[in-house]
Amino acid sequence: MNDAVTARIRKNPKYHQLIATRGKYAWSLAAIVLVIFYGFAMTVAFNPGFLGQPIGDGLLTKGIVFIFSMFVFFWILTAVYVRRANTEFDALTAEIVDEAWKESRK
Amino acid sequence: MRTLARLNLALMSFLPGLALAAGPAMDATQKQPINMIAIGMFLVFVTMTMGITYWAASRTKTASDFYTAGGGITGFQNGLAIAGDYMSAATLLGLSAMTYGAGYDGYIYMICFFVGWPIILFLMAERLRNLGRFTFADITSYRLNQGKVRTMAAISSLTVVCFYLIAQMVGAGQLIKLLFGLDYNIAVVAVGLLMMVYVTFGGMIATTWVQIIKACLLLAGGTLVMILAFAHFDFSIETLLSKAVETHKKGIKILAPGTLLADPVTAISLSLGLMFGTAGLPHILMRFFTVSNAKEARKSVLYASGFVGFFFNVIAIMGVTAIIIVGTDPQFFEGGVVGGKIIGGGNMVAMHLAKAVGGNLLLGFLAAVAFATILAVVSGLALAGASAISHDLYARVIMKGTATEAAEMRVSKFATIGLGIIAILLGILFEKQNIAFMVGLAFGVAASANFPVLFLSMYWKGLTTRGALVGGYLGLFSAVFFVVCSKSVWVTVLGNAAPLFPYEQPALFSMPLAFFGAWLFSKLDNSAEAKAEIEAFDDQYVRAQTGHGASGAAAH
Repeated sequence: MNDAVTARIRKNPKYHQLIATRGKYAWSLAAIVLVIFYGFAMTVAFNPGFLGQPIGDGLLTKGIVFIFSMFVFFWILTAVYVRRANTEFDALTAEIVDEAWKESRK
Repeated sequence: MRTLARLNLALMSFLPGLALAAGPAMDATQKQPINMIAIGMFLVFVTMTMGITYWAASRTKTASDFYTAGGGITGFQNGLAIAGDYMSAATLLGLSAMTYGAGYDGYIYMICFFVGWPIILFLMAERLRNLGRFTFADITSYRLNQGKVRTMAAISSLTVVCFYLIAQMVGAGQLIKLLFGLDYNIAVVAVGLLMMVYVTFGGMIATTWVQIIKACLLLAGGTLVMILAFAHFDFSIETLLSKAVETHKKGIKILAPGTLLADPVTAISLSLGLMFGTAGLPHILMRFFTVSNAKEARKSVLYASGFVGFFFNVIAIMGVTAIIIVGTDPQFFEGGVVGGKIIGGGNMVAMHLAKAVGGNLLLGFLAAVAFATILAVVSGLALAGASAISHDLYARVIMKGTATEAAEMRVSKFATIGLGIIAILLGILFEKQNIAFMVGLAFGVAASANFPVLFLSMYWKGLTTRGALVGGYLGLFSAVFFVVCSKSVWVTVLGNAAPLFPYEQPALFSMPLAFFGAWLFSKLDNSAEAKAEIEAFDDQYVRAQTGHGASGAAAH
């Protein structure tokens, strides 16, 4: 760990932009998952009958479709986050660290 | 309320990582005739993994190789290994049995297990990788007092590992007695010995590859059984559901929530425990240090959650098809009475289904996979426990960082052997014990002692050593205390009339206690050390966010 580099990173406005953007993004996605999931858990606790209603003419119930959709949707959210973090955020991170190294060598 | 408590007890034993449910179903475990196909296939697995261990041993030279496979595991491989850690025999057998018995409630459980993963990805994966090296105590003690915080982390890690190990060993013995027709003690000793060989010689490299192979076998075996079974219904969900409703004694009710999460306190406490317990299990956290950077750590979770999510849906279909295929076939019931007691207990539904759709060969294969699963999970646990002893306690607390790498590795190997022996002894000692409360404890302690301190150390600047210690120990002891006072221990094990604590799940109560304790005592801490620790946060934050200075990061 090079303290001069760390200090420079801390001074770089891009670093603050990175943590603000990524933090907001990660917490928003987490909030979506938590709200949907605990919304579901509360429905199970307080209104289970709703989840037992069939969708359309068949036997498939809202509850079954809802859980299946959560599996798919939450996994898509992980993919969405990984995609953005591994490209945009990581590129920005690399840029910030490189700049700090170059400056500290001057 | 009584039904709920009973369900809960049964449910706790289905937690991932636990070998097999305890409780009524298991008490009735009868030794089955020796199953040669299963034993043969298992021997093939053992031979193969021994070969891998031999290869891994030649590549395990440094402490980093031993603890984290040198950080050389790819995101995809690590994703499979995490999925392997998470998909235990309990997941396959317990959740399929639950879907068979209760229908939709089983599916609710599966989503509860799944939902922790996206949260771990969004809020923790990257920071874990950037800050950690060998154990999660590397992160909690990063800017705090090394000796005290590591001691606490090691104690709670070992507590979690021990309860989990007991559960695994007891489950392994019972499962093997059932599937292979071997004696309980022989089974426990065999699991303990094989685990010691994998971990001492092959370290994390061997443990990871055993886990990867097992994950592939489990995915393949489960999917095959599911496809063969689903083919009976022309792959039509409608046909499957209508036949299941027709057959099941609960009828249409199996398509809607039952009694499982009817009590909101239990529902929230359980889901908190599952979600954050997972994020506090030392052997899962350790997996984040085996990849080279944050990018691969994120990919690990993406792949792991993909496999886990897929597999849960496979299990759900297996459970529903079993309602019709197993539930109407007299050969799977004791005395041939359909609707009576299932041979081998409720947890054997998946095995019976394999036999029904694929004969003895598929049954043998699935049985061997189940045994391999336990072995792999036990190995991961032992490695996590051994590193808490050697890396945290020995190298950092006792030797204060002056131990040589060779000495540290030697200690970890002895620690593995020690843990193996303890696991065997406890497994034999607790044979008749209901193991459900130990898993409850393991998850409760992980969620209450490990998770709050870990999370605060990464997110809250104000955390000080004093706060971390109070929070961690408060979480540890309150979780243990609540479980001891709950019905499953206070009444069932200790034989008292009424429980002192009305709920089975401690997390809703012990987690806030831990967070509150950590917050309050950090705030009250005005010492010079505390000021320095708070000062150090911003530099730690740079590393957590950018990976600058992270172990294994590319040198400039």
